[in-house]
Amino acid sequence: MLALFVREVRLGVRAGGGALTGVLFFLAVIATVPFAIGPDLNLLARIGPAILWIGALLASLLGLDRLFQADREDGSLDLIILSTDRFSLVLAVITKCLAHWVTGVLPLVIAAPLLGVLLNMTPEGIGATTLTLLVGTPAITFIGAAGAAVAVALPRGGVLISVLILPLVIPVLIFGVSASYGAVAEPDPFLPPFLMLTALTLFLAVVGPVAAALSLRWASD
Amino acid sequence: MLLEAENLAAERGGELVFSDIGFALREGDGLVVTGPNGAGKSTLLRAVAGLLPLAAGRVRFEGDAEFDEVGGACHYLGHQNAMKTALTVAENLRFWREFSGNAHLEIAESLEMVGLGDIGHLPFGYLSTGQRRRAAIAKLLVSYRPVWLLDEPTAGLDKASETQFAELMRAHLADGGMIIAATHHPLGLEDAAELRMGA
Repeated sequence: MLALFVREVRLGVRAGGGALTGVLFFLAVIATVPFAIGPDLNLLARIGPAILWIGALLASLLGLDRLFQADREDGSLDLIILSTDRFSLVLAVITKCLAHWVTGVLPLVIAAPLLGVLLNMTPEGIGATTLTLLVGTPAITFIGAAGAAVAVALPRGGVLISVLILPLVIPVLIFGVSASYGAVAEPDPFLPPFLMLTALTLFLAVVGPVAAALSLRWASD
Repeated sequence: MLLEAENLAAERGGELVFSDIGFALREGDGLVVTGPNGAGKSTLLRAVAGLLPLAAGRVRFEGDAEFDEVGGACHYLGHQNAMKTALTVAENLRFWREFSGNAHLEIAESLEMVGLGDIGHLPFGYLSTGQRRRAAIAKLLVSYRPVWLLDEPTAGLDKASETQFAELMRAHLADGGMIIAATHHPLGLEDAAELRMGA
């Protein structure tokens, strides 16, 4: 499994891996928002966490369609499915998800504080939003894997995946943003929505890969 | 070890591709599957490997303690080479060696066997069609599997590489392995049985 992780990370950071595409897209979304909203600094600071979350959510959907499709096209997926008597396919899916998160989504989390400054957010707000992104974005990758597995045989599956999984990641968005607000807006609590977010990530880390593995197993032809 | 298929039938998109296919292989046996395009040779290999659900019949594999399931006991060499173009040949092979387990030959040794000794450091994407195929054949050597399922293994190979590959296959059979190969060209497996499909 370590071998698979190392390979995926290598592929992710090498040319054509698309690790940087997500960050650039994230930057583009966040940089345009102040122009659209106008120079109201207080308003920007207030909606900052939500904008950061929407940007990160959309950017992390970008590379998902290639998660299994690239392996299917070059035949690797068949071999990965065949070796399921040594370890379960679920484990292989989890490994691929983790590698995808490290190469494609972790850079977004790292870039988030910088982009928070563009939105005139307070240091506490930036810290809380980055923390919620760190905890919440794996959930998007895990459930995204299920979508990617369903659409693995479709040549233009990218949009379909986004449409399929967006309803499923709405709870993640809601709790992520409300926890971020909880850290800055006084009467709102931080911990309850944050714990819900953590629970969601753990829940989807189980459900997503199991669904993806089932779908891949029966999609091979 | 025994690999036996009885009354196999498989469907593609609701159409029966073949039916009533049966064979039995023991250690050291080879089977060459021939037939016109569309006869179901690739489908048969995928069905035997367990990548396709069977419409009828069954595949029985009697292995040993190490290999007890047909999926885990076979190397499947399909039309695609299952290598990443962005990684070097050696990186690709190292990955499959670690991922598949049962490490057999060293990377350099296996590349030497297929005549690619000096290009392990090149990205796989730089290789020609024949070299890619040979690198994929090296993949069969880096980890041990008793059963080789080969789908047009010599596609794109030149005469010398074909001879070299025939020797590798004979060595695998002599070692107690099994080979099922779908092909249009003679592979140089004189003792292997032939299964003619779609006749």
